[in-house]
Amino acid sequence: MQTVSNGRLDAKVPAGRLQDKWDAYKGVVRLVSPANKRKYTILVVGTGLAGASAAATLAALGYNIKSFCIQDSARRAHSIAAQGGINAAKNYPNDGDSIWRLFYDTIKGGDYRAREANVYRLAQVSSNIIDQAVAQGVPFAREYGGMLDNRSFGGAQVSRTFYARGQTGQQLLLGAYQALSQQIAAGRVSMLPRREMLDLVVTGGCARGIITRDLVTGEMERHVGDAVLLCTGGYGNAYYLSTNAKNSNVTAAWRCYKRGAFFANPCYTQIHPTCIPVSGSYQSKLTLMSESLRNDGRVWVPTDPADQRAPEAIPEEDRDYYLERRYPSFGNLVPRDVASRAAKKECDEGRGVGETRLAVYLDFSEAMRRLGEQAIRERYGNLFEMYERITGDNPYGTPMRIYPAVHYTMGGLWVDYELQSTVPGLFVLGEANFSDHGANRLGASALMQGLADGYFVIPYTMGAYIAGADLPADVSDDDPAFLEAEADARVRIDRLSTVQGDKTPTEFHRELGAILWNHVGMSRTREGLQEAARTIANLKEEFWARVRVPGTSDTLNKNLEFAGRVADFMELGELMACDALRREESCGGHFREEHQTLEGEALRHDDEFADVAAWEFTENGPKMHLEKLSFEFVKPTTRSYK
Amino acid sequence: MAKQMTIHLRVWRQAGPEAPGRLVDYTVTEANEHMSFLELLDVLNEQLIGKGQDPVEFDSDCREGICGSCGLMVGGIAHGPQRRTAVCQLHMRSFKDGDTITVEPWRARAFPIIRDLVVDRSAFDRIIVAGGYVSVTTGGAPDANALPIRKHEADEAMDYAACIGCGACVAACPNGSASLFTAAKIAHLELLPQGRVESERRTMAMVDQMAAEGFGDCSNHAECEAVCPKGISVAGIARMRRAYMKGVFAG
Repeated sequence: MQTVSNGRLDAKVPAGRLQDKWDAYKGVVRLVSPANKRKYTILVVGTGLAGASAAATLAALGYNIKSFCIQDSARRAHSIAAQGGINAAKNYPNDGDSIWRLFYDTIKGGDYRAREANVYRLAQVSSNIIDQAVAQGVPFAREYGGMLDNRSFGGAQVSRTFYARGQTGQQLLLGAYQALSQQIAAGRVSMLPRREMLDLVVTGGCARGIITRDLVTGEMERHVGDAVLLCTGGYGNAYYLSTNAKNSNVTAAWRCYKRGAFFANPCYTQIHPTCIPVSGSYQSKLTLMSESLRNDGRVWVPTDPADQRAPEAIPEEDRDYYLERRYPSFGNLVPRDVASRAAKKECDEGRGVGETRLAVYLDFSEAMRRLGEQAIRERYGNLFEMYERITGDNPYGTPMRIYPAVHYTMGGLWVDYELQSTVPGLFVLGEANFSDHGANRLGASALMQGLADGYFVIPYTMGAYIAGADLPADVSDDDPAFLEAEADARVRIDRLSTVQGDKTPTEFHRELGAILWNHVGMSRTREGLQEAARTIANLKEEFWARVRVPGTSDTLNKNLEFAGRVADFMELGELMACDALRREESCGGHFREEHQTLEGEALRHDDEFADVAAWEFTENGPKMHLEKLSFEFVKPTTRSYK
Repeated sequence: MAKQMTIHLRVWRQAGPEAPGRLVDYTVTEANEHMSFLELLDVLNEQLIGKGQDPVEFDSDCREGICGSCGLMVGGIAHGPQRRTAVCQLHMRSFKDGDTITVEPWRARAFPIIRDLVVDRSAFDRIIVAGGYVSVTTGGAPDANALPIRKHEADEAMDYAACIGCGACVAACPNGSASLFTAAKIAHLELLPQGRVESERRTMAMVDQMAAEGFGDCSNHAECEAVCPKGISVAGIARMRRAYMKGVFAG
């Protein structure tokens, strides 16, 4: 491991008061004239909230857009599965919210490991997102007076979360997808579904294209553009079991890393406290139960580990509502990292419930007595239904059983204030970048960030890049850089197909997932991380000797796709362990057992680790660059939700 | 403990769009009641790879019933026997040990088969492109609370907006019609003041596109509503027709 401090990492944060930075930037940023925009082509990879909103917005401004997605339709990107809501500093309930408070809660929730200026901008544009979505016809929940309804999420003491039943992500994504469809109709977007990005093309020092594989015909394609927007989501599927979709992967981001984009804070992963527990080895994914349930649901375990009674039969005095007991001021609404670790602690100490003893109860009986079953049905009906489908239990009659699961990754490609990576012309939006959530993301903030990046940030910063960059117009798809990148992608595909060993890609993925979950999961130690690095290296070697990919590469072949992604996840897993090993502190989702308070809470070391670790790929191993985080406007304190 | 099951499957195999297809018999002995139907197919595929055979291709992504990627005819019913359930949320506890289950792709003229159980549903995207949006661009939207909307109208709009675009409605329809899918978007937007402005124009463009894609017309069987994983009501189709006729008379 080699280290360089600051060096190549210029975050390009504008000078001035925090409140004025974004306005100041917008006031002086260079613009591209309407007549010139149509001369530029922008490649947008991914059609989740960030990708679809960016593609639609840039197309409406006049740029030519090529939009790519891995699914059969842009409407299926995994943002669609977000359930609970989206934050905005509207302060409609008049309960004390403001831009500053949303900013402050987000910085604090992220355990002081995010960049102040980015987070403040996010809070500033949050209100515009709600306005935009309503104008598109997003059917947010309303009150009888016709006004929008709000609810609370973890890490906040105000109600600032807008929602559309338990399907907020779906409705916001369909809003963005429909905006994208409008631009397809206008002829400004060409949409290429069932495409996987296999490489980034850098020529003349700038990102100028991508290599994709048509997942139906297996054909390799070269696409030329003036800039590339990577909106490909997070890497939670490295753990095999996560709440991500089956196709969510790190491959596109990993290729960019290998072409010079730095990967920041890969050890920051979010383990979500309320997921349906694992039921068997065949399990293919985990399902989240929205954090919004913690508005009315109470988390508990039996006080006595030997208590085998059915949950309904356990009287109040024999229940331990441990979140309410340990964190009286936030109670069941503590942030996700805190709630997850608390659940793990209860289970580790033998108080877990259910067949596997790896679960805690989430109980609605008190809320049903207080509000009536109908009110609970209106608020959470679809979530209760989903729970019943999966488990066969009726949560109106018996408490839900939940356990933490990998959900979101705060780490991602390093970007500056303009969302540009260390490769000029490569911009990274949404979960794929590292920027706004620090070491822990608050609930209902992912939708906010994806849409802020796509609707309201990139339209300005893209103009700045296009107006200022020297982009030769004669770059074509037979440029040597394109031929080389395509050849590399082909070699990888051929290599996967030729091993013909005796283990399936899924078997390798499951093994990798177990290593990461055990050693780079909710709780980490030096020895465990070293063990992870060792075992992943062995697994990688075994993979290239024993993987068996069925079928051929010239047809639809999902196992071939998965095999390539597993290979990249293994390399990423090594970097995650390496990053986690270096960060000798506990912060947010990164909990090192060596660094905790006497009460078992996370212990940060701001003097040494108030930084972003951005890793550069080199042939001799990852090289670390540090961006020091300076807190000019807030004072980092020990997070307390007591 | 979870109950172990043996399940016999008859699965549609087809190497490509032009290749002939046929049902092939398989048996999975390590099924259990907590497994989802797609996890059963995962287990089958691991078996097939182990034997050096090609796995069964099928689309799936979120596996929590919201992305709309998956869609199979299970025992002749779109998404299988459990009502209001996408096939990824169908669990083996809906079946009995020893059952034989036939698994086929969606069958409709407008959904050509790509391979095995994977079909091309891009026609749905083209119906949305024809007009399934409010024509606004980013920026300049008025305050979200500037326009109050009656709660019951917002709720009804949400009922239609819940469509996941899976295509079960088409697969279940004797006419291979996409009326429920198309009507769901039309009704969602028409119920809201923001969408009402363009209602007739939108409806005519989307309905015409549906016909151009080769989907059939609606003759009120309501098979679509019966299999819809989101329980979308055929009342939307009546709304669509009214808006269409208004458009015709408005010229």
